[in-house]
Amino acid sequence: MIEMNSTAQNAPAELGNSIRTGSGPSFDRRTRLRWANSAFRIACIAAAGFVCLVLFGILFLMFRTGILTFQEVGFAEFFFSTDWDPENGHYGALLFIYGTIALTALTLIISVPFSVLIAVFLAEMTPKWLRNTLRPVLDLLVGIPSVVYGYLGLTVLIPWLRDLTGKPLADGLLAAAIVLTIMVLPTISRVSDDAITAVPKKYRDASYALGSNRFQTIFRVVLPASSRGIVYAVILGMARAIGETMAVVMVIGNTAQIADSLFKPTAVLTSNIVMQISSVEFDSTWNYALYMMGFLLLVISLLMIVAVRFLQKKGASE
Amino acid sequence: MKALIEIDKLNLFYGTFQALKNVSVEIPQRAITAFIGPSGCGKSTLLRTLNRMNDMIPGTRIEGRIAVGGTDIYSGEVHVETLRKKVGMVFQQPNPFPKSIYDNVAYGPRLHGVRSKKQLDEIVESSLKAAALWGEVKDHLKRSALSISGGQQQRLCIARALAVEPDILLMDEATSALDPISTLKIEELAQELKDKYTIVMVTHNMHQAARVSHQTVFFLNGEVVEYSETEKLFSDPSDQRTEDYISGRFG
Repeated sequence: MIEMNSTAQNAPAELGNSIRTGSGPSFDRRTRLRWANSAFRIACIAAAGFVCLVLFGILFLMFRTGILTFQEVGFAEFFFSTDWDPENGHYGALLFIYGTIALTALTLIISVPFSVLIAVFLAEMTPKWLRNTLRPVLDLLVGIPSVVYGYLGLTVLIPWLRDLTGKPLADGLLAAAIVLTIMVLPTISRVSDDAITAVPKKYRDASYALGSNRFQTIFRVVLPASSRGIVYAVILGMARAIGETMAVVMVIGNTAQIADSLFKPTAVLTSNIVMQISSVEFDSTWNYALYMMGFLLLVISLLMIVAVRFLQKKGASE
Repeated sequence: MKALIEIDKLNLFYGTFQALKNVSVEIPQRAITAFIGPSGCGKSTLLRTLNRMNDMIPGTRIEGRIAVGGTDIYSGEVHVETLRKKVGMVFQQPNPFPKSIYDNVAYGPRLHGVRSKKQLDEIVESSLKAAALWGEVKDHLKRSALSISGGQQQRLCIARALAVEPDILLMDEATSALDPISTLKIEELAQELKDKYTIVMVTHNMHQAARVSHQTVFFLNGEVVEYSETEKLFSDPSDQRTEDYISGRFG
């Protein structure tokens, strides 16, 4: 009885001693914690700074070489002329800029509706076993090298388009857009699929409880609620479409003429750079012009991303 | 009072698990009926059979009959979407859509074909007034519904349910995620609404059932132990298990 009593009385002191585990006033727990916190913060800031440095470094290097173009070529000629004939001193890059924008837009027009439908189908309608098969398949498709898509475009799609339209050449914007669509489809649909799946069940419950059918629930509640994720998916797909080179080179025709028809061989920024960069002299205006086009490509993709973000913000505030 | 909903010998299975056993209850019109009982006793399950929300849970099987106004709602002739329009529901967690306050209330009417802006405005105003929320939100109807407090969100969900002009309102533990003051407001609201609507509420709070309801149904392990007028059930229960539960001996 007495034994127990004394234990009980000692308990607070024991408890106090047991939690005092610092190794001394000079380097106690608090100092260690402060040091660890600030070290971690510096590491995080450094990592973020490094990423920014790399991005601006790339922009700067492309710009520094690219800007030399304008020693010999007028600003207006480069941006507003469609006459690209470097051998004779004509450096009109508009046709490539136009080609890149048109190709990306066309790709998105075809791929986004398809991708969203696939995502809705995957997330909302498929039975579980089919979903668990299709998702890994799409994930695998994301990883297929673009040259393989280009090869399929060259050997399967283009002959098929030629037969369909009866034209002697089917290379051009449409062929490239179809190949790019097949390329970005898995990316956009899988990321959208995840966004749709992440919409809380409670929104669906609320919608059904108000008398919506499945179609209404998907289009009026689920898709608006996942629009951020879908827009993000579209940005990812678009980034891939803008920068894609190999698959495009193989089906676009690589001719420096502006595409006024879906089936006219043309060229885009990426395809033109990769076709010509190996055959130009190092210190020539031609070389600089290709650098400038690379810089433009960067700027266009950055602008598109900013535009999409802006649209998304506007949509979210409504 | 006349029974609006008649539940007759209802058995409900989730796969092989029997969640409701031979349940027979009559629910009177324009009154509040409360379902009480410990967790997992089947009270929410029964509530969700009334607007067929259980249809969406795979493996659910139902035997027996539920009639609303004399029509068996599980017969092939019933249009589920119309049933759900007539039998509104408010959930345990406030679940406004991530849209504006206005769009939340207008969701149902738009769904069912109301297009005119003027008519929608009227419905939104009257529904928010009926849910005692109009005064608090009338100046910022365009704001996101997720920006208001939990209690306000729950009243918004009630307004959203009322906007499609239901006859019956199901409340599935609608106050359990709210603070006492918000709870009180919802209870007062239920009292007002019972003059126009038939309300069925699930609650795990016995005092709430005693405060607001006219009829109380006591569930235990998927069975209805007894149901009667609330006053009688709480003052003079006929079953020993009911008495044990309401006196706090278990649950």
